[in-house]
Amino acid sequence: MAVYRLKTPMSEEAVRKLKVNDVLYVTGTIVTARDQAHKRALEYYKSGKELPVKLEGLAVFHCGPIVKKEGDKWVAVAAGPTTSTRMDQFEDEFIKAFKVRVVIGKGGMGKRTADAMQKYGAVYGAFTGGAGVLAAKAIKNVKTVEWLQDLGMPEAFWVFEVEDFGPLSIAIDSHGNNLYEDVKKKAEEQRMKIYEKLSK
Amino acid sequence: MTEFKKVIEDTAFNLLKLAVVRLPSDIKDALNRAYKEETSEAGRVQLEAILKDIELAEKEDTPLCQDTGIIIFYVKAGAKAKDLDTIETALQNATRRATEEIPLRPNAVDPFTQKNSGDNTGRHIPYINWEITNSDYVEITAFPKGGGSENVCTIGMITPGEGVNGLKKFVIDAIIKAGAMPCPPTIVGIAAGGGSDISMKLAKASLLRPLNEPNPSPDLDKLEKELYDAANSTGIGPMGLGGKFTVLGVRIDYAHRHPASYPVAVAFQCWAARRATARIHPDGTVEYLTHKVR
Repeated sequence: MAVYRLKTPMSEEAVRKLKVNDVLYVTGTIVTARDQAHKRALEYYKSGKELPVKLEGLAVFHCGPIVKKEGDKWVAVAAGPTTSTRMDQFEDEFIKAFKVRVVIGKGGMGKRTADAMQKYGAVYGAFTGGAGVLAAKAIKNVKTVEWLQDLGMPEAFWVFEVEDFGPLSIAIDSHGNNLYEDVKKKAEEQRMKIYEKLSK
Repeated sequence: MTEFKKVIEDTAFNLLKLAVVRLPSDIKDALNRAYKEETSEAGRVQLEAILKDIELAEKEDTPLCQDTGIIIFYVKAGAKAKDLDTIETALQNATRRATEEIPLRPNAVDPFTQKNSGDNTGRHIPYINWEITNSDYVEITAFPKGGGSENVCTIGMITPGEGVNGLKKFVIDAIIKAGAMPCPPTIVGIAAGGGSDISMKLAKASLLRPLNEPNPSPDLDKLEKELYDAANSTGIGPMGLGGKFTVLGVRIDYAHRHPASYPVAVAFQCWAARRATARIHPDGTVEYLTHKVR
């Protein structure tokens, strides 16, 4: 297990060094996107519309934060990850289109996304589910927000400036390793043994 | 507003705040123990982050998880208590206030229009589980229930012929299928019998029993321990990244069943097992049961 600290924009070369079980802390710009924001960002891409921030080398965070307004500034109160599997249907295209280098979420992602990570050079960093304050503490500034009006607070596209955002457990790397698949496989192997023990 | 209604509203607001900011000590103890005993590297990284988050939330007086849940209350209404008709409105008001002031994330969405009400109230939400008790006090539990762990709750109709062995298999299958989704280490609430609705209600309510409180039935206590060991031998581990601690506890409840049916409900609660309970006495004094309140 190695610990890495990377600054955005991150290069393909830098993230290709990361292996599963490594720990990563990100400093720089990250954006939040859940189901609706993924969908819309891809629609923007297809129609040639610009996003408020260039995503190349940044991290996309599966997160629906609690933010509050202090004066005219937004402040992140709690911002842990949401379940990533819902974004599996968008993420391969998203990685290909925007060249994001780190996908942050919880619960892991499937083969389609892992394949795209291998092909285009990106990793999946698991941020501890529920650790909303820990995440918020690393968010130093809310740069901007898009689509807040119609998507609402959790689904909006938040642009955060972060410092040492993590720990992110690298759970899918760009070399075809997927920690969740390994864990699932092992659990599957255990299943029959557990049945047997329980039926005694 | 009547005095009583105001006390209920203020207490419910405090309960929501206590629940989302501070975990009860039994949960914290279990997480600390898991951190000490976990051997997987990735699992330890996750548990350490969890413990840091819990500490930060208390220090900053802010919700420990951004998913402050769909708001559920359990109310034990003493049959001899007065003004019980004011409780429902008081709980709704408290929910709105908590959403604004703490703040809570607005999580009440109309399933047909997809509109978020913006204040955590809506049709049947906050949901109130009523129980009439033979007392003069009102006991309220706030139970903000997160979405990640809710999405893997499941109910099955096993055959009575399979019996308890079938139940055990169903539970293990549910835990393996849930994998990383419910933010492990989780608490797993299981209930058998009654009917489809009754079993899930009991399974969910069983999540409220503190982790240091054994099942009142010695047989079920044994079964809880057996399933705890079994769940933790799946290797799913903290946040599904592998390790010894997939669950912090297993809770079991039951109702008698129809001869032809054997419903088994499995309810999951994430490590951020938020709950807070207070008793409101007829003289208006409030006794907090899950948290130390200055």
